Amino acid sequence: MNTLISIEGVSRRFGDVTALDSVSLDIRQGEFFALLGPSGCGKTTLLRILAGFEEPDAGSVRLDGADLLAVPAHRRPVNLMFQSYALFPHMSVEKNVAYGLEREKLPRQEIRRRVSEVLETVGLAAHARRRPHQLSGGQRQRVALARAIVKRPRLLLLDEPLSALDKKVRAEMQLELKRLQHDVGITFVVVTHDQEEAMSLADRIAVMQGGRVEQIDAPVALYDRPRTPFVADFIGANNLFAGTVSGGGLEVSGLGVLPAPTAGLPEGAQALLAVRPERVRLGQGTLTGTVVDVSFYGGVSHVALSVPGHGGHVLVATQGPARVETGTEIELGWDAADGVVIAADDAAVENGAPV
Amino acid sequence: MARREPALRGNGWLRLPFWLTYLFLYAPIAVLVVMSFNRNKTPYSWGGFSLDWYGRLAENSSLRTGLVNTLIVALGSTALSTVLGTLLAVGLARHTRSRVLDALSTLPAILPDLVLAIGLLVFYSAIKMTLGLHSVLVAHTVFGMAFVTAVVRARLGHADTSLEEASQDLGATPYTTFIKVTLPTLAPGIVAGALLAFTLSLDEFVIAFFTHAPSQPTLPIVIYSMVRFGVTPEINALATLLLAVSFTVVIVAQRLTKLTEAL
Repeated sequence: MNTLISIEGVSRRFGDVTALDSVSLDIRQGEFFALLGPSGCGKTTLLRILAGFEEPDAGSVRLDGADLLAVPAHRRPVNLMFQSYALFPHMSVEKNVAYGLEREKLPRQEIRRRVSEVLETVGLAAHARRRPHQLSGGQRQRVALARAIVKRPRLLLLDEPLSALDKKVRAEMQLELKRLQHDVGITFVVVTHDQEEAMSLADRIAVMQGGRVEQIDAPVALYDRPRTPFVADFIGANNLFAGTVSGGGLEVSGLGVLPAPTAGLPEGAQALLAVRPERVRLGQGTLTGTVVDVSFYGGVSHVALSVPGHGGHVLVATQGPARVETGTEIELGWDAADGVVIAADDAAVENGAPV
Repeated sequence: MARREPALRGNGWLRLPFWLTYLFLYAPIAVLVVMSFNRNKTPYSWGGFSLDWYGRLAENSSLRTGLVNTLIVALGSTALSTVLGTLLAVGLARHTRSRVLDALSTLPAILPDLVLAIGLLVFYSAIKMTLGLHSVLVAHTVFGMAFVTAVVRARLGHADTSLEEASQDLGATPYTTFIKVTLPTLAPGIVAGALLAFTLSLDEFVIAFFTHAPSQPTLPIVIYSMVRFGVTPEINALATLLLAVSFTVVIVAQRLTKLTEAL
């Protein structure tokens, strides 16, 4: 796939706060890309730079190889779906959607055709003459989406698209966004703090923190092979152990040598071991812990154990109802290959091979 | 409203000051309205219902001239101060962060009329401007603009800036954005400000007294010169009419505010 947007060394400071610290990433033509991170990580600033509402202090942004920063917001082939939707309250749904096309001075006939087409696509043809305040939250979002895609932008930006919706509408909208992205073939960039939203929607995710990009990967790779301690901790649940490489495992003070894929790392190197809860086996292993809590979630159960010498709890996920009870002492462990080792210099080693 | 106050519900005596306050506020006005329909000339006795004074009013040419002058000044200064005040408010909200400029924009609304009146008169003579309706019109624009700015500025404070960004994002130039998005969202504030400027100009006395030409008095000045020889029921009739206009404007303004909240 071709690169659509190329962001290089983009930095932005607001007073003492560094919102973006030399961010570089490429967004490919036709993909569904997510910028994921906690609030204040710089993802919204990056989004506003792409939309043209903010200018970086340094760095370049190119669209199809041409400088995008030189183009004012109203001339960019980029549209943004605002978190607040920003629908014009004094215009009907169809006027809202037609607004962008009218600015292009298209013939009236074509505007009418495209507006009714896109309203059909988002399932709001029957509400064309309503005002935004007469619609539900989900419907408003569809209008916002219709208004953004009717212009057929090269790039569609979505600011926390699902955050304001309740759970059921959310799931529906999630499917719809994916379908729509597939149908219209526009490159989508979604900004979110919600990892589930990013994981379920995006083809690739850039995890951001403190104005920097921590890792860019497909959702599965991000989950299976986190390359920084932040990503290991932020994406999904993880059991983290800090220690030094020793004798084919990771020596953690208070716990001894834990099974870990350390091949490729020198003896004595500082590293972090991450083991997913579903990779931990109960019943046999190198550690012994006491069950402190069992929670049943239907399909899976979570068991929290306190292990002497380990600061937090070790979390274990099992299929179906857990067969242990609170207070039981039990052995636990994992295969070396099921862990992920993140060297202190941030280079990940997974399954014994450097990535 | 007051009836819903829990403190007032329990004890009837506590309502007394409340109603006395309203009596104090509105009794003089009620007397004036009633007297405008009194057949007798003296305000001490009731001689039966009559619309005579309204008829006399229509025949009084100096009052008519005053009314026309006042309407010219009020409409003109309202139009000017609405346009200028709105632009000033938008400029202040979007393009400056200076609190001083903000405060200075509404100062003419707070300044004592006397200060403004003397200041304007001095200014007019410094630039050798002749006095007439235009000088009153400009003077009223000065304080009317301050009121419009204050009202529109308040509305801009609540306005969602993402609407303007959305407009730009959809391809609108800054000018189109202002016309198609900013102005319509501000419209209720602008209308409320305009109504305020209009009513204030309508009965403004001090500034008009200082800046008018003797040949072209506004209505309040005409009334003042008539009252110097005693209050006639004719004046009562005129005041009642002005009251009706003011009430209408207040009600319209309140409706608009409700409309604003609904948006």
